[in-house]
Amino acid sequence: MMPVNYYLFLSLTLFCIGIVGVLTRRNAIIIFMCIELMLNAVNILLVAFSKMQHLAAVAANPASAAGTEAQLFVFFIMVVAAAEVTVGLAIIVMMYRNIHSVDINFLNRLKH
Amino acid sequence: MSKLIYLVPLFPLLGFLLNGLGRKYLSKTVVSVVGSGVILASFIVSLLIFLEVKEPGFTPQIISLFDFIHVAKLNIAFAFQVDQLSSLFLLIITGVGFLIHLYSSAYMKDETEPHFARYFAYLNLFVFSMLLLVLGANYVIMFIGWEGVGLCSYLLIGYWFKNDEYNKAAKKAFVMNRIGDLGFLLGIFWMISQFGSTDFSTVFAGAAETPVKILTGITLLLFIGAMGKSAQIPLYTWLPDAMAGPTPVSALIHAATMVTAGIYMVARSNIMYTLSPVTQTIVAITGLATALFAATIALKQNDIKKVLAYSTVSQLGYMFLALGVGAYTGAVFHVMTHAFFKALLFLGAGSVIHAMHHEQDIRNMGGLKKYLPITHITFLLGCLAIAGIPPLSGFFSKDEILTASFLKSPAYYILGVLGALMTAFYMFRLYAMTFLGKFRGTHDQEHHLHESPAAITIPLIVLAILSVAGGWIGIPDVLMKGGHRLEHFLAPVFAASTALKTEAHELSHTMEYLMMFGVAAIILVVIGLAWNRFSRYEKTSAQETGIGKVLENKWYVDELYDAVISKPLLWLSAFLKNFDKIFIDGIVNGAGKLVQYSSRQLRLVQSGQVGSYILIMVTATILLFIIQFFWKS
Amino acid sequence: MIAAFDNFPALLIWLPLIGGIISFFIKDERNVKIWSLFSSVLTLALMGITFLYIDQKYYLLNEVKYFWLVDIGSSFGFSLDGISRMLCLLNAIVFPLIFISTWNTRYSSSNSFHGLMLLAQCGMMGVFMATDALVFYFFWELALIPTYFLASQWGGEKRIQAAFKFFIYTFAGSLLLLVGILYVYLKTPDQSFSLMSFYKLNLSAGEQNWLFWLFFVAFAIKMPIFPFHTWQPDVYEQSQPAVTMVLSAVMVKMGIFAVIRWLVPVFPAAVRNFDTIIIGLSVAGMIYASCIAIVQDDIKRLIAWSSIAHIGLMCAAIFTLNDAAFSGVIVQMFNHGINILGLWIVAGLLEQQLGVRKISQLGGIAQKAPVLTIMLVIVALANTALPLTNAFVGEFLMFSGLFRFNAWVAAFAGLSIILAAIYTLNMIKNVFYGGLSPLSEQVKEITMNQRIVLAVIVVLIFMVGVYPAPMFEMIKASTETLLARIAAKN
Repeated sequence: MMPVNYYLFLSLTLFCIGIVGVLTRRNAIIIFMCIELMLNAVNILLVAFSKMQHLAAVAANPASAAGTEAQLFVFFIMVVAAAEVTVGLAIIVMMYRNIHSVDINFLNRLKH
Repeated sequence: MSKLIYLVPLFPLLGFLLNGLGRKYLSKTVVSVVGSGVILASFIVSLLIFLEVKEPGFTPQIISLFDFIHVAKLNIAFAFQVDQLSSLFLLIITGVGFLIHLYSSAYMKDETEPHFARYFAYLNLFVFSMLLLVLGANYVIMFIGWEGVGLCSYLLIGYWFKNDEYNKAAKKAFVMNRIGDLGFLLGIFWMISQFGSTDFSTVFAGAAETPVKILTGITLLLFIGAMGKSAQIPLYTWLPDAMAGPTPVSALIHAATMVTAGIYMVARSNIMYTLSPVTQTIVAITGLATALFAATIALKQNDIKKVLAYSTVSQLGYMFLALGVGAYTGAVFHVMTHAFFKALLFLGAGSVIHAMHHEQDIRNMGGLKKYLPITHITFLLGCLAIAGIPPLSGFFSKDEILTASFLKSPAYYILGVLGALMTAFYMFRLYAMTFLGKFRGTHDQEHHLHESPAAITIPLIVLAILSVAGGWIGIPDVLMKGGHRLEHFLAPVFAASTALKTEAHELSHTMEYLMMFGVAAIILVVIGLAWNRFSRYEKTSAQETGIGKVLENKWYVDELYDAVISKPLLWLSAFLKNFDKIFIDGIVNGAGKLVQYSSRQLRLVQSGQVGSYILIMVTATILLFIIQFFWKS
Repeated sequence: MIAAFDNFPALLIWLPLIGGIISFFIKDERNVKIWSLFSSVLTLALMGITFLYIDQKYYLLNEVKYFWLVDIGSSFGFSLDGISRMLCLLNAIVFPLIFISTWNTRYSSSNSFHGLMLLAQCGMMGVFMATDALVFYFFWELALIPTYFLASQWGGEKRIQAAFKFFIYTFAGSLLLLVGILYVYLKTPDQSFSLMSFYKLNLSAGEQNWLFWLFFVAFAIKMPIFPFHTWQPDVYEQSQPAVTMVLSAVMVKMGIFAVIRWLVPVFPAAVRNFDTIIIGLSVAGMIYASCIAIVQDDIKRLIAWSSIAHIGLMCAAIFTLNDAAFSGVIVQMFNHGINILGLWIVAGLLEQQLGVRKISQLGGIAQKAPVLTIMLVIVALANTALPLTNAFVGEFLMFSGLFRFNAWVAAFAGLSIILAAIYTLNMIKNVFYGGLSPLSEQVKEITMNQRIVLAVIVVLIFMVGVYPAPMFEMIKASTETLLARIAAKN
């Protein structure tokens, strides 16, 4: 069995890639992808911890179902993320229609 | 009769209201009749009251009209006090005042009607204030009159308000008086906290049990008030400038009213002064210093009214010397005789100025003897009286003061005599340059020279008679049996002070004769000198040099005050104005600006760059983690 | 609630309020002037009637308490005692005089102007009569807000800046006051905002010390005393004469009144603690303001500074806690209101006729307008507290109280008497006397309405100055109660 650490490192790496991507890129679509990356990093973490919890609980009591809720969460998150993607992509499409670009640096009208 | 005392100030007040409100509608005749008539009416009432007071066994009466201020334990009534001192002053004020009013009706006839009425209204108000001052039965009522005369002098000195110099003189008079008034006020406050009252009766009764220290404080503060009102060093400079007003006004200010207020007040509070020897010494020294100082200035003045003005300051110094050495009667006596001859001299000067078409420089006069016979004779009598030639009034009053100061200290006496000599000298310099020799004015002026009308000469004659005979009520015992009648009359007022008098030793008769006539003889010599020198005066273009120049410029005291007080005050004010604008307002506005500035800086954070928002978010999150992580202790 | 009209306080508040609201809806300028004058005269008449019912047996007419915020212990309470009566009288007299004297001034939207003026009057009435801290605060703000609009909508070029400063400044003070009120409220045993509960409360010395400053700063800004005064000259200079008159004749008295009613009896220990500081500040401010007045070239600023100096004396006199000085302050509040009103009328008139306020550009007006000059000289000299004018009585008592507190302080403060003479006479000399300046050629004699107003003011000056006894009689009972209360708390 793989130790949970590996999952943690993977998740952390993905999350950091996501953050760096969000911070450094100007293309809205790439930023969006990075956000998804971060979201999924969290998902991996949830699944990993869930598995860990569950194994520990089963060892004590084979009938236990403890720790499986997190995996349910992941499904919810994926659903919400899908809905979010549609809204987000729609915004990006609208943005492109308005300013003919998906560069977020042009989106600074709130400044004034 | 003394129940009717309120009539005395009421008449002038009515005159003021009538003339003041009807200034556009009343003719000059009506105005002068009303203006002078009310004073005459007051004089008659005063005379009746005086006759009642003169009776032996008269006790001072306090007539309370209404409660002026009645707060908590402090009760100040609007009350009048009738006694020997106030009745005597009433006579001087209304009597001399009436003559001055009469004189004014002719002197001011060139004014247009509203201004003529305004003039008489002010004059009446002046007399009203002065009457309040001497009638008040407590210090607050006295203070009302005290400030009132200050106000009226301001209004009258600045009567010709188109002239800025006159306005300045008026302002100066008021401000100088106010400085003194502040001292007076503080004295009253001290009295209130010490005695709980300002009534003369309460205060004087309590004075004996009061610590000398407190009495000294109170009397010194009151004396500051007297310095301002009676033009003593250092607050005397307003009086010579006060001659900017019409000449009769100068006569009123210098003779009958205003400047005598300080003497009256000290004489009224005599018991407190007698009980505080320190103050007495200060009063005497101030008086003597003023007498000498002003006399030196008078020696070199060329304006007829200025000479008289400085002589007033000097004579007032004598009165304070008398008060300082405890000769209260002498001071009051000199107030009276001085009122006569100084009014005479000023009105005579007015007559000269009138004849000379507003020329006041005595260097341009001379030889007026033959053109103005009545003015000349009366003026000469006035000069003799002020110089102290027996048996004119000034001789007796001055002699009484000098004798009293000799008893206190021979130094006072010698300096006093020195001042008297100077007085004789400058008065006869003035007389000789004005009336003797040959005429030095323009032909035009010579052509118009004429004696003044009766309304001017009659007051002169009456005052001349008084100047000659006025002193006879105070002839000393050595010269006449049953003398010192004034002293006996005023004795009840000064009884408490007399009782405290320690030095009982009297002068021998020979000594007294020697002093009296010896001094008179020297004065005569001085008069001869002045007469001889100035009756042959020729106009020269030579400027005064050395000490003469200093005296002509009045010891540069005005310049000194300007440099030491006025300029620094203005400088301080300008500094404070800028300080307020830059510093205080700067702090206030700075607080506002700080908020604006910091908001503007904070706004920059909202750059609109989504990336930077996220960066801040991430950093903040990391920071939170770090804090969370290390938040153990 | 407060819809009953069977007592004086309610009527005195409702009359200007209704009058003001109606004013907003009158379109014609002339009509709105007539209406507001009528309304203010009605208030004055009502104020006159209250004097027939001073006696204690009519207390139901003079003291009321309506249910308001019962749950938090606040009720709409008012009382018309001697001190309130004095200030309400001032408030009631001043407004008709202002309306008459500015009859010929044209305003851009006259209805709002007059409406706001009457609302301000309503607010000040409430302040002077409130016996509940929350109601007091409510009216305190109610008086401020119309004044802000009056000062910012009408007046000189820099009015917005000046009014803004005024508003922020006073409002900051008000917030401190609110915090203070809430703290004291929470400390009362019966959780009540009423004045009596505040009076009965015994706070510890430490609490008093900091609460004192919360209250005092709010009131000091309103008065204003040094160093909280900087809003005043600007606002006075920039505002319409009518607004300036309201501000200086009545509104600044709110600060002093509040100190007497809400500060001194509630925190007596702190008052004793800080009296030296406050008196020192006030007296220093007096001299400071008087000095600055000497070098002012702007006639309106000169009057403003003179007002600061006089207010400083009142503030100092309160903190002596001397009975004579206390009565002096209360009477002086009335007198100062009357005198300063007269000065503003003349200043406003000159500005209106000539368009300048610079003293150096004026001169010789006495030759053109003698009546105006006579009136001004009387009012100005009354302002310097000449005896037999109204201000003398008050200042005399205040100075005597100050003297008892400390003779040197009184002597130093007394310098302001001399300085007052200097700046007043300077002003008279340079504006009214002397040669006629070219600009002053156009001065016209005052019109009938101004003549009436100034005559009323002059009559009041002499009436109070010669026979002030009725005024002292009026405030005697309430002053004594107040002082007894302070004494009892120690």
